[in-house]
Amino acid sequence: MSKNASTQNKVIVVGAGVAGLCVASELLDNGFITTVIDRQSKPGPKSCSWWAGGMLAPFCESESAEPSVLKFGQFAATWWQEKTGLVRQNGSLVIANNRDHADLQRFAKLTQNHVSLNQQQVSALEPDLDGRFVRGLYYQSEAHLSPRDALNKLRENLLIRGAKFLTQQVDPQELGKQHLVIDCRGIKAKSSTKGLRGVKGEMLILRCPDINLQRPIRLLHPRIPLYIVPRGNNVYMIGATMIESGARKYATARSVMELLSAAYAVSPSFGEAEILEIGVDSRPAFSDNLPKVRHQGNVITANGLYRHGFLLAPTLAKMVTQYLVDEVEPEWFESSLSN
Amino acid sequence: MRNFYGVELDTPFMLGTAQYPSPQILTDAFTRSRASVATVSLRREASSDKAGQYFWQLIQNLNVKVLPNTAGCHSVKEAVTTAHMAREIFSTNWIKLEVIGEEDTLHPDVFALVEATRILIEDGFDVFPYTTEDLVVADRLVNLGCKVLMPWGAPIGSGMGLNNVFGLRALRAHFPDIAMVIDAGIGLPSQATQAMELGMDAILLNTAVAKAGDPAQMAEAFACAIYAGQLAEAACPMLPRDMASPSTPVLGKGFLE
Repeated sequence: MSKNASTQNKVIVVGAGVAGLCVASELLDNGFITTVIDRQSKPGPKSCSWWAGGMLAPFCESESAEPSVLKFGQFAATWWQEKTGLVRQNGSLVIANNRDHADLQRFAKLTQNHVSLNQQQVSALEPDLDGRFVRGLYYQSEAHLSPRDALNKLRENLLIRGAKFLTQQVDPQELGKQHLVIDCRGIKAKSSTKGLRGVKGEMLILRCPDINLQRPIRLLHPRIPLYIVPRGNNVYMIGATMIESGARKYATARSVMELLSAAYAVSPSFGEAEILEIGVDSRPAFSDNLPKVRHQGNVITANGLYRHGFLLAPTLAKMVTQYLVDEVEPEWFESSLSN
Repeated sequence: MRNFYGVELDTPFMLGTAQYPSPQILTDAFTRSRASVATVSLRREASSDKAGQYFWQLIQNLNVKVLPNTAGCHSVKEAVTTAHMAREIFSTNWIKLEVIGEEDTLHPDVFALVEATRILIEDGFDVFPYTTEDLVVADRLVNLGCKVLMPWGAPIGSGMGLNNVFGLRALRAHFPDIAMVIDAGIGLPSQATQAMELGMDAILLNTAVAKAGDPAQMAEAFACAIYAGQLAEAACPMLPRDMASPSTPVLGKGFLE
């Protein structure tokens, strides 16, 4: 970066999804004068953070994620609680139908920090599952939050702490000619970010007065893995498909049917649920599904949070900020020479 | 040597491309598997625009032969349409034809399979039919012009290995000139070895590698196991017998009565 830009201590963050807001928050904490620019005036459905599950579940995610997701994801719940006070620390529950118990065993073997539950213990945790699941895994230290509330709260706090927000469509490269810029545009930056791809996700938001769940529930299923995240007031987010496709316009009938039938398998009460929203978006990801920090000229790119936006954005933000402060390349740094 | 519609494969290993934790791990698994064929299932939407381009590019970069498959199709029409789409995207006449008849066991619908095979062969496809070990069905498929059969070992993703060794052996003996691939049900490398020892020409699997804790390492384990079975079969293995047979020389001892 040019010395001129860094000594001014002024930074522009482009993109106000979970990555951009977290970066802005860390920048403010470290004394940077911060402006956030986004094409939307407030958090909304055009950002894939809006459609996130909001599970802060590093141990469950480590079933298929690289080790650094577990390593850094463990800080997320504390960070979000400090910044928003919205974290619910109720753990998460993993269940499978009787015939899929091999999948439960496999999941247990590939993850840590869980206890095995029998039928009574599953029922004690979630009485509304009504004893249908005879085995489960409980990850007590995990947490969840409501992503939309968290984004709004974080933005609110940033405003109070002096961040400036502008509603504008901008080109980070252009801005970079005069300012120090952090590009946090997610999938919007696809055409200018080497190796970035979209992974399509579809999800539903349901209201189901007949069921009251306390924590995220993951149903293991060989074809249709599902999670259900309680949003309070009997509202649930159920998701999410993972399709290697950049499409982000429509949810397919098949995906919606599969999600609903899996939810119905968790509890027949979901049969009576009202469908409030059908969401679809594209998660930005690199080939190893880990985020990356890149630096070229005056523009630092922080992207590729994949399905781990709320889990990893705090760490990504800390890495970017630390890099600005002491220029030491962080773990997720990728030198532009290696592209 | 039996080949696959005129193509000789470097290794008898066909590896699926679904369910890996990341594209990077998929690529690593292929490298260590030394697989010579990648199977790819396409969801329709992915082909509608450029949305699936990243993934197709990734597959092309694996530098192996691509065998598109009609996974998840439940009817003749769906399978035929998917096959045509696959031919367009991958510029190959090869198609692994899968028509599912029952959702729970993913049992192939062999009646629809035969019908879809007839249509696709007329359309110029090289059909790799995913079927059971049923001899009569296999006979119909071969009569329609199939040069390759893909009998299951066990239901897809079950990892149960070879459920009906007798049936598979009969199938092998009945069609000595048809290339035969065990497709589905393989969970462990030892089961892949066993299939090769039965005289199969290749193994196709996906879940056993993709869902392993370390997919790339498991891919290599399968590569070794498949090679072991291939070598053993070519070396003409001994047959089991009821009585012990001493392996040390009996020189100087009297023969038993």
